[in-house]
Amino acid sequence: MSTFDNPFDPDRNLRGGCECGRHRSAAEHEQASPALRCDPVESEEKRYEGVVASAVMRAMFPQDAARRAFLKSVGASTALAALSQFFPLKTATEVFAATGTPEKKDLKVGFIPITCATPIIMAAPLGFYSKHGLNVEVVKTAGWAVIRDKTINKEYDAAHMLAPMPLAISLGLGANAIPFAVPAIENINGQGIVLATKHKDKRDPKDWKGMKFAIPFDYSMHNYLLRYYLAEHGLDPDTDVQLRSVPPPEMVANLRADNIDGFLAPDNICQRAIYDGVGFMHLLSKEIWDGHPCCSFAASREFITTAPNSFAALTRAIVDATAYASKAENRKQIAEAIAPANYINAPVTVLEQVLTGTYADGLGGVKTDAKRVDFDPFPWQSFAVWMLTQMKRWGQIKGDVDYKAVAEQVYLATDTRKLMTEMGLSPPTDAYKSFAVMGKTFDPGKPEDYLASFKIRKAS
Amino acid sequence: MTSSLRLRAGLVSIVLLAGFLGIWHLATRSTGTVATMSPEYAKLMGLTATQGKSAMPGPLDVGAKLWEHLRRPFYDNGANDKGLGIQLGYSIARVGTGYLLAVLVAIPLGFLIGMSPLLSKALDPFIQVLKPISPLAWMPLALYTIKDSSISAIFVIFICSIWPMLLNTVFGVASVRKEWINVARTLEVGTLRRAFTVILPAAAPTILTGMRISIGIAWLVIVAAEMLVGGTGIGYFVWNEWNNLSITNVIIAILLIGIVGMLLDQILARFTRMVTFPE
Repeated sequence: MSTFDNPFDPDRNLRGGCECGRHRSAAEHEQASPALRCDPVESEEKRYEGVVASAVMRAMFPQDAARRAFLKSVGASTALAALSQFFPLKTATEVFAATGTPEKKDLKVGFIPITCATPIIMAAPLGFYSKHGLNVEVVKTAGWAVIRDKTINKEYDAAHMLAPMPLAISLGLGANAIPFAVPAIENINGQGIVLATKHKDKRDPKDWKGMKFAIPFDYSMHNYLLRYYLAEHGLDPDTDVQLRSVPPPEMVANLRADNIDGFLAPDNICQRAIYDGVGFMHLLSKEIWDGHPCCSFAASREFITTAPNSFAALTRAIVDATAYASKAENRKQIAEAIAPANYINAPVTVLEQVLTGTYADGLGGVKTDAKRVDFDPFPWQSFAVWMLTQMKRWGQIKGDVDYKAVAEQVYLATDTRKLMTEMGLSPPTDAYKSFAVMGKTFDPGKPEDYLASFKIRKAS
Repeated sequence: MTSSLRLRAGLVSIVLLAGFLGIWHLATRSTGTVATMSPEYAKLMGLTATQGKSAMPGPLDVGAKLWEHLRRPFYDNGANDKGLGIQLGYSIARVGTGYLLAVLVAIPLGFLIGMSPLLSKALDPFIQVLKPISPLAWMPLALYTIKDSSISAIFVIFICSIWPMLLNTVFGVASVRKEWINVARTLEVGTLRRAFTVILPAAAPTILTGMRISIGIAWLVIVAAEMLVGGTGIGYFVWNEWNNLSITNVIIAILLIGIVGMLLDQILARFTRMVTFPE
């Protein structure tokens, strides 16, 4: 249910009783907070109608108590009829829903064939791009460095990137500094640590000294999460183990060939290793940090300024697709839509196990975790601050960094909030939320203290 | 005598192929159920895990898949999934463009360098350093400077296939027999005419040998380049199927890459034979 679902409900407080505005009280919000905040209404029109109607109601009855009393006494349908007599709700809704025409309709969006890209990919076969007036070609790309270069070269208008990549590009780490922005997070959770089957008795990370692990890219949540996990167990990721940057598809082959002992990789790769009988799931990334971001939808600042309407339409399509993907009942359909060779190119069973969360663990058991992967588009700036602390912790950033300024420049929380509100969704009002990684709370207001609290880090 | 030799060679080839396929088939047979597992678990697992099916496909799997591809080589399921015929077409077009550009540069340049002993000595160290660079090493540089992946791929083919042609042209032109040039000089043939009527025909076999080496290299390079930049082409096909760990399709692509490479080589070999002369 969305905040704006029924402004004619007398029991409903339009001002909102909690921080997200969707719940009647803060307590209720707390109870529901892990659930997603962007469930879509049945239809776009209905949602816009809700937005407009609630705005009108709010204008007519500045006092919420008065509105409720009015609705209670005359009934919602009478109120609606009365309202539409002197205010053309229908016309207003139409005007409101009509957004600027895109400057550029034919867009190219690059993606890496992993389930993290689900919203970007599925938006093509399931028609989310065309619904927002765009003709988008989603192009499969060979690796993170290539997707970065192709987006910088403007071959792609926007692209699927690992969440820390736009920060790294904007800061000029590993590339020339080019301002990039993240309007939406693709997925949360959905990664895992997979070990070769021969290590099935070595479940304690303390025994992992000297092992070789693969990560997809240096500027990835995978890198930071694996390092964090190892360090929490007393291993120095730079000296006690070997970390290698390996393209995801080669991870399974390397695991089979015994070149690596395990990996922290994006999904369908983890499940694929299990499916092919070469590894087992040691830990879902969710168990390290529940709700961590993984991949992002990114575009260059230049694209955003030269084609603001195209960018807005694209973001709307992605947010829409993300909302659709967040619903458990749609996941099977999505798995089938993105499995063909044109998209992810993987067996449907593997994708289904990832998306539905009922999966074989590689050790003979079937596990269920509906939140194994989840989708929530809101680009929390505290995510960016956390990533920056880890970049600094492992020596990717040298010297001082203005955490807040970088986070706010790259993670477009304000713009996305505005857009989501226009779409009738209920984005959070805050851009910084605190969260816990392996039980340790992160306060986005004090990044330096957080950084200083780690014993194991690269000496700088 | 020759015909019987050819017959015997053909027979040996067939026996070798049959032997190879037989061993391949035996080596990749499935070993039956590997471990007991609950049916609901087995349903979530692949055949490798449940039936001990070898991760390597057998010749029958490859044959069946190849037939499937050959029946519809030109299908187009969107930007990332096209038939093998289309993919090969893209690759050949890229190789053709890069290679022709290389020919246009290498032969005239080689001619000039070959005719001047000073230049050929002075440029030799540069050519020797640039020649052995792998296409994959050029790729990031090309992507970064050219800022276009398809032109980058063509550039990489160009830069990798130019050196054998250049070196062979230089060598061919420089080693034209002195007597022939002296005869031309005695007859007071002009420089231009001498280049085209004496040196070119004399150096042609060496130049074409260089071109033949280059087309082989260009075809080697394209697969690597397309695996990197992606999008279209047989190299992209290999990468896409590798992504899905579909070794069957990778083997089919290897087979096709080999066949196309052989055809390209044979075309150049025929040209070489046309310009060869008995001394």
